[in-house]
Parts: sequence; structure tokens; C-alpha cells
Amino acid sequence: MAKKLNRQVICDVLIEKGREDKDIMVLCSDSSGSSSMTAFHKELPDQFIEVGIAEQNLVTISAGLASCGKKPFAVSPASFLSTRSMEQVKVDVGYSGTNVKLVGVSGGVSYGALGLTHHSVNDFATMGSNPGIRVYCPSDPVQTEKLTRALLEDEKGAYIRVGRYPSEYIYEEDVPFELNKAMKIREGKDAAIIACGEMVPYAVKAAELLAEEGIDASVIDMYCIKPIDREAVLEATKTGVIVTAEEHVAFGGLGSLVSQIVAEVGGAKVGSITLPDAPVIAGEQWEVFDYYGMNAEGIAKTVKEMLAK
Amino acid sequence: MTNQELQRKANELRVDILRMIYKAKTGHIGGDNSIIDMITALYFKHMNISPKQWEEKDPNRDRFVLSKGHAVEALYAALGDRGFFDKEEMIETFSQFGSPYIGHANNHVAGIDLNSGSLGHGLSLAVGMALAGKKDGRDYKVYCVMGDGEVAEGSVWEGAMAAGHYKLNNLIGIVDRNRQQISGTTEEVMTQDSQEERWAAFGWHVISIDGNDMDAVDAALTAAKEVKDRPVAIIANTVKGKGISFMENVASWHHGVPKEEQYEQAMAELQALLAD
Ligand SMILES: Cc1ncc(C[n+]2csc(CCOP(=O)(O)OP(=O)(O)O)c2C)c(N)n1
Repeated sequence: MAKKLNRQVICDVLIEKGREDKDIMVLCSDSSGSSSMTAFHKELPDQFIEVGIAEQNLVTISAGLASCGKKPFAVSPASFLSTRSMEQVKVDVGYSGTNVKLVGVSGGVSYGALGLTHHSVNDFATMGSNPGIRVYCPSDPVQTEKLTRALLEDEKGAYIRVGRYPSEYIYEEDVPFELNKAMKIREGKDAAIIACGEMVPYAVKAAELLAEEGIDASVIDMYCIKPIDREAVLEATKTGVIVTAEEHVAFGGLGSLVSQIVAEVGGAKVGSITLPDAPVIAGEQWEVFDYYGMNAEGIAKTVKEMLAK
Repeated sequence: MTNQELQRKANELRVDILRMIYKAKTGHIGGDNSIIDMITALYFKHMNISPKQWEEKDPNRDRFVLSKGHAVEALYAALGDRGFFDKEEMIETFSQFGSPYIGHANNHVAGIDLNSGSLGHGLSLAVGMALAGKKDGRDYKVYCVMGDGEVAEGSVWEGAMAAGHYKLNNLIGIVDRNRQQISGTTEEVMTQDSQEERWAAFGWHVISIDGNDMDAVDAALTAAKEVKDRPVAIIANTVKGKGISFMENVASWHHGVPKEEQYEQAMAELQALLAD
């Protein structure tokens, strides 16, 4: 199956749009290689700013630029961007309402055996808890492209988390996309799987496994963690069983946000697949996923357990 | 150990580092090899630290913080060689599934007090350790190794300010001035010239040396311990990738992994150093 780096997709869109709009800028913190922004730097050197290893500076310089009409994208590993720069995001982007797009690359546990310092296991919670900051975690290259284009159209802060490795194509080029509307990949009446980011391909496979056993599960791609698509969650409650899957800890993640909505209306049980509340075991991202049951089999198993409850 | 013996030990550890990274297909070989001479001098001569002291939690032992935590291969090699753990087992399992020997300094490993890997934390940790030594009336020293790209983090200078303010004469900061980071040279990415003046301005005694020359490293550490009234910054002017010709001063060897032929060549070069 064809694959592409979502961070490369973001860079491609920014180069294309940046040629027409000189206010579009990219800022990096010794991170241009790891975030696939080297091509932007090369193509549009006047629209690129390197700040060195200084993530706080990265975000606040971006906010200063934005206040003067620039459209900065601050791009750095998700781990450092979402924690080291937390107060800068809270005050200078969220509170001041500046148009800074924060792109966290190599998110989740994709840095593997480099350890917890490099993992971003709580970035939905930290970034999303800031008033004024939206949070997105796209799954495939097509969705990433449409999301980037949509975010270029508005003037508010947002955090976008992408992974480290190439993503499988899930969608066709012409798939309908509306910002902040979840994308339904599969219809199903027995259960609903709500996933985001790297978990989406596993959710699709889980639904296939379940179908073999006669269980009809829908799959919803909730790339918009905040604002979450409430309608899509309410619709999912109709199946009676919802299972969420995310590369994030339980606290403040997709599962907890979905549960909060379901708790208002009732009608469904919610199971969630998350990272543990502990530094994850050393290993490559897929080894970590397998170890914690964050894969197709694990999702399918949880759906069956929830159906049996 | 004589300086010649220390130099030989450093080169032996370069072999361990190369083996670890080649086997695991991950690691930060450039920044390991710029600082391994300093780490060797510390662990095999200057620091008061041993596996026994570690096991017995000796409160008077020296403390070491690898703030540039990605150079962990250099630290694991030194600790393993000093017998803090089984070195061969470490080389075999480095960065493998379930291993405690992950790709940044972490305190599940014997000999390591605190975690690092997110740059810009180490100096403040070291300030805390040095302050504790003062409060408890102990005369241990605290050593902290930083990268010259890392010092772009503002937090480093908050630590530097506090150390100067409290005149922490038990703290020795070491800047691995290899003039390289990930994206290129420090001067291209974010200028770090005049390190000497910068540290001095924060109230530190500054010693600037060739950090890959064992005589200079040994003399600097000896002198640093004699400074009575303030923290000491050793600006170790080094070569990133030192010891393996094709890696020296090449930015892509920050976290490059040698291919088979490159591994053979690198090993041959290190063996030649050891044969001298
Ligand atoms: C807070 C933080 N930001 C970014 C990184 C990613 N990173 C790891 S090593 C490195 C370059 C370090 O350069 P330098 O400090 O000069 O170390 P050396 O060249 O000696 O390896 C960067 C940016 C990190 N580990 N921590």
C-alpha cells in the first residue's frame, strides 16, 4: 500500500501556498530535518526562521510575527513543543489569540527506544487544555493535506500532531472534507470505533476482523480532537458500544473527551485503548503498540468485551 | 592512570560506542566521540565514584549529569567498563525491545541519578545537587556535560545564573564545544561564539581547552577542582565524531548509523589508534 510522510505533506502544501503568500512562514528549532521542512527552507529562505534549540523562543517569536500579520508555522518534535513551550502556547498563542500553527512532528511513541523525554503521550491534553487552542491529529496524507489547507484559511491558533513514519493512504483524493467534522470510514450498527492518527489504520483492520465474526462495527476518524465532532459522537452512541483508540494516555485524551459527551446522553458503553500511565517499554513504535494491545486485534478484542458487558 | 592510559581507554570506549550503534542501528555517534575523552578522564581518574559507592548509596560520592543525554552511548560505555553493570550485555541489548539501556540517559541504569534527553535540564539539576551538597556540608563535586547547541535553551542560563549567584564552587559545567548540532554548525543555526565571555559574565571561572587532548583535559579538571570561590565552566573545544575520519565535523553523523563498509573502516581506524 502506498505511504507518505504526513510532515512531508504539510511541507509541500506550505511551499505551494507560501510561493503565493509571503506572509506564510516556517520556524524551526534545530528541527528542520526531522520535521521535513528542509525543502521549505531551501525554496523560500526568506520565509524560514531558525531559532536554534529553544522551543520557548520558537513559539513566542511566532506569536510576535503573527501579531504583525505573518502566518507562522512553528514546527518541532511534538514532545518538546507540547511541553517545553506550554506556557508560551497558553499565553502568547491561546490567550493573545495569535494565528500561530503549532506542528508537532514525530508524535506519540514514534521515537521508540529514545525514551519518554522524546515521547508526546499527553500533548492532546496539554495543548487542548489551553483556551483558544484547537488540536488535530490527522491519520493519512490526504486528510493531512486537506487539514493543512483548511487551517491556512483561518487566523486562530491550532496544534497539529503528526507521526514520524510514513502513513498509509486511507482516503481517495476527492474524499469530502469539512474542518472539525469527523470522517466516517465505515458504517456499522453493532459498535462504533472512534480513532485518530496512527490508530486509524488499526481501527479499519479491527472492523474487518470483527466483520469476519459477524460483528458490524463502524469506524470514525476523529482527527479533530478539539473541537471534537459532537454530532459524530452522538450518532455513534446509537450502536450502544463505542471503543476509542489513540496514541495518548487516558488522561485528557480522545477516550475521555468522547466519554464526557456520552455521559450527557447515555445510551452507550465506552471502552478506550490508550497508552499506559507509565513510561512505555523500550522498543520501536509498532513493538510498543503490540505490547499494549494497541493494534487491530486489541481493538477488536475490546469491542467484543464491551459487547459482552 | 596516566594520561596515555586514559587516552587508550577513551579509544577502547570508542570501539564500544561504535559496536553499540552499529548493532542497534541507532545512536548519536558524533556527540559521543567528541565528549568521550572528557567522560573517560572523569570516570577513570577525576571523579570519586565507583560501583560500590553507587550500591551503598554513598552520599559523599561525586555526581555526574549528562545534560546532552543523547550522548548516552559514551556514558553507558564508561559505566559498563567501570563495572556498574555487565558491559557486554549492555552492548547486546542497547535500544532493543524491553531493554533498560535506552537511547537517552535514564535512571533505571546503575550509575545514573536522573533522566535526561530533553535538552536544557541538566545544569539546573546539577545546581540542585550542588546546593544540597552545600546544605549538608558535604564536599562532593557535581559535573554537568552540556552541548554547544543545547546552550541555546534559555533554561541553561537560568541554571548558570543561579550557580553564579550561589557561588557554587562544587559545580563544574562542561560545554562540549564541537561547533556542530543537528542542522549544521552552531554558527549557522544559532551563534555560540564567545562561550568564554558568556559564562564569565554569569560569574563562572572559565577554562578553555582542547577537549580531545588528554593532557589538557586532565589539567583542566585538576585546576577546576582547585577553584574556591565560584563555579567552573570548562569550554572543551572538541571535534564532533573525533577518532573516525569520515565522521569528523560532518553534521549528518549527529545520529548517522554506519553501513557495513563504513563500520569496517571506522573499526580499522580505531584499532589503528589502539595499536599505536
Ligand atoms: C529540548 C530538546 N529539543 C530538541 C531536542 C532534539 N535534539 C537532540 S540532540 C540535538 C542537537 C544537540 O546539539 P548539541 O547540544 O550541540 O550536541 P552535540 O552536537 O554535542 O551532539 C537536538 C536538537 C532535544 N533532545 N531536546
